[in-house]
Amino acid sequence: MIRVVLPQHLRTLAQVGQEIELNVQGDETIHSVLAALISKYPMLNGTILDLNSGQRRPFIRFFACGQDLSLEPPDTPLPEAVVAGKEPFRIVGAIAGG
Amino acid sequence: MSGVRLLVGTQKGAFILTANAKRTKWDISGPLFAGWEIYHMNGSPADPQRLYASQSNSWFGQVIQRSNDGGLTWEAVGNKFAYEGVPGTHQWYDGSQRPWEFKRVWLLQPSLTDPETVYAGVEDAALFRSTDGGQSWQELPGLRAAKGHLWQPGAGGMCLHTILFDQGNPKRMFIAISAAGAFRTDDGGQTWRPINHGLISPGELPDKTAEVGHCVHNLATHPSRPDVLFMQKHWDVMRSDDAGDSWHEVSGNLPSDFGFPIAVHAHEPDTVYVIPIKSDSEHFPPEGKLRVYRSRSGGNEWEALTKGLPQKDCYVNVLRSALAVDTLDSCGIYFGTTGGQVYASIDSGDSWNPVVRDLPKVLSVEVQSLS
Repeated sequence: MIRVVLPQHLRTLAQVGQEIELNVQGDETIHSVLAALISKYPMLNGTILDLNSGQRRPFIRFFACGQDLSLEPPDTPLPEAVVAGKEPFRIVGAIAGG
Repeated sequence: MSGVRLLVGTQKGAFILTANAKRTKWDISGPLFAGWEIYHMNGSPADPQRLYASQSNSWFGQVIQRSNDGGLTWEAVGNKFAYEGVPGTHQWYDGSQRPWEFKRVWLLQPSLTDPETVYAGVEDAALFRSTDGGQSWQELPGLRAAKGHLWQPGAGGMCLHTILFDQGNPKRMFIAISAAGAFRTDDGGQTWRPINHGLISPGELPDKTAEVGHCVHNLATHPSRPDVLFMQKHWDVMRSDDAGDSWHEVSGNLPSDFGFPIAVHAHEPDTVYVIPIKSDSEHFPPEGKLRVYRSRSGGNEWEALTKGLPQKDCYVNVLRSALAVDTLDSCGIYFGTTGGQVYASIDSGDSWNPVVRDLPKVLSVEVQSLS
């Protein structure tokens, strides 16, 4: 079970609390977590990865265990603590604006 | 219950304002989709309980919401807007060519006859259609074939912001794009042609014969007279009597002919409304006086409507999609401001009252007349 923390606007959109839990099929990677997230909450499709390019949206960041995973390849394995459910995988709306 | 439902999109969510036919006491619900920009919210003429909303922001992109119960509950539907084929390029500010890139939906215009069919005007400018209630979207690529490589963004982005239907001719539609101009289809959206002859913009477009590149801000027409179009251009209020084949200026005695919205009275095809602002550099009312201007002669002669509107120290703007008219016997006129006020007139503009004063910046106002 992977714990995922969503930013406020996506919690509102998906009508969930701050943290959700996901069953991930196969290897636990950034890609597989996002796929499981969209499968369970299809209204989030396109809000994290651009629907046309498939790329991470510019103001979205991924963090886990104090590390910024945003620039890592999608098939990067998640840290052991995230796989074990001890730490959440955090999807963050970057601080931007004035 | 007969009455009206105002659909107000703001920079930080949507609001639904309802009143009975007297339109003196309002219920205000919201914010819906709090924190998100709602560029536009609109209802189906064929089923007033079917609403669509364009929800977006810079972080999380585009979401389309749909309601089947007049806005009580909502569900996210399809949000993939993929340009047809190879997207190609359009003109950029520096004269170079830049690939088309979807940014957001500016306008949702449901079909006059089918609640499941809805059109979306998007940035970068293109027209999409859904025939399954917004679940999937297909571009009408013939529009961008109308010299799309010469279109260029205005300051607000290259957006398709206006969609008009011809009630008597389902094959005919009009759309407008900033800063490309107005376009018409006569074959249900397969092919389009620019309809900008007579628009003159020496400050922005020195070529008087340019077919595209005109900064059209908004179009309006009356259902009974679909060949007569009114236009608020960047500068100039214009009129066409031949479905856009030619245009002539009807700015007349307006204090400024710069503005964004334009609307036509529901029962008087020659009664037109604009809300002038000072200039393209100063987006606020001339002299700090918020005045709606009404022409009862189809343009040229305009009267200021001021009763109930602030007549000093007012420096708000009214955006292009933030003016609407209802179809009740005594025609109601509504507009929202960048300062968060929504004003209503239930006497064709003679007098005004604020429905609500302190919403976020109002991006759009639509009204549904309910029976």
